[in-house]
Amino acid sequence: MAIEVRIPTILRNLTGDAKVVEGSGDNLSELIADLDNSHPGIAERLVDGGKLRRFINVYLNDEDVRFVGGLEAKLSDGDKVTILPAVAGGSR
Amino acid sequence: MLRIDRSIHDQIVAHARRDHPDEACGVVAGPEGSDRPERIIEMLNAARSPTFYEFDSTEYKKVYDELWDRDEEFVVIYHSHTATEAYPSRTDISYAQWPQAHYVLVSTREADTAEFRSYRIIDGEVTEEPVEITGAGTDR
Repeated sequence: MAIEVRIPTILRNLTGDAKVVEGSGDNLSELIADLDNSHPGIAERLVDGGKLRRFINVYLNDEDVRFVGGLEAKLSDGDKVTILPAVAGGSR
Repeated sequence: MLRIDRSIHDQIVAHARRDHPDEACGVVAGPEGSDRPERIIEMLNAARSPTFYEFDSTEYKKVYDELWDRDEEFVVIYHSHTATEAYPSRTDISYAQWPQAHYVLVSTREADTAEFRSYRIIDGEVTEEPVEITGAGTDR
């Protein structure tokens, strides 16, 4: 089953500059493993110690995956996953 | 160098003033690859804090989808510092993950003058760049 994944600029060096790639998996964790097979290095940029990195937002369709199961979030054919680097900072 | 229209510059400063003493944040979108900041989008600061800002996750996704559909990108990502100078903090640098963006900082620590400065932040390295303000702008 195919899941469309939108890749942010900062990770496009891992996808041969592709803005969109396809992957498969029954949940987000499997999808990331599958993406890492075709685009080695991407898993490390998204996951650390079995959790999504704090500096990265991942969305399943319009939902932040943190609210729908994180790495265990269930995926279905035709779902769209969007990866965005968090935008944050501050004076300290 | 960042070239930015005076009206957009003024809107960024006005947003920073309005949200003071909390930090304000937002983006200016432009056509992909153009380096032209054309469309300002004020974002919510989900942290609502005088020392921290963070895009609201849901709003960020919505804005990004809109940019995607219009073949635009983040040309400028701005935020304010409300008690310190307009220079990227260590936190700002560690979160800077849009390599094509001009990171604009506005300081509102002085009531009558706003510091408006722009930086490239790539792989943790900060480079300040000149800002050229173009156009006639608003009568203020």
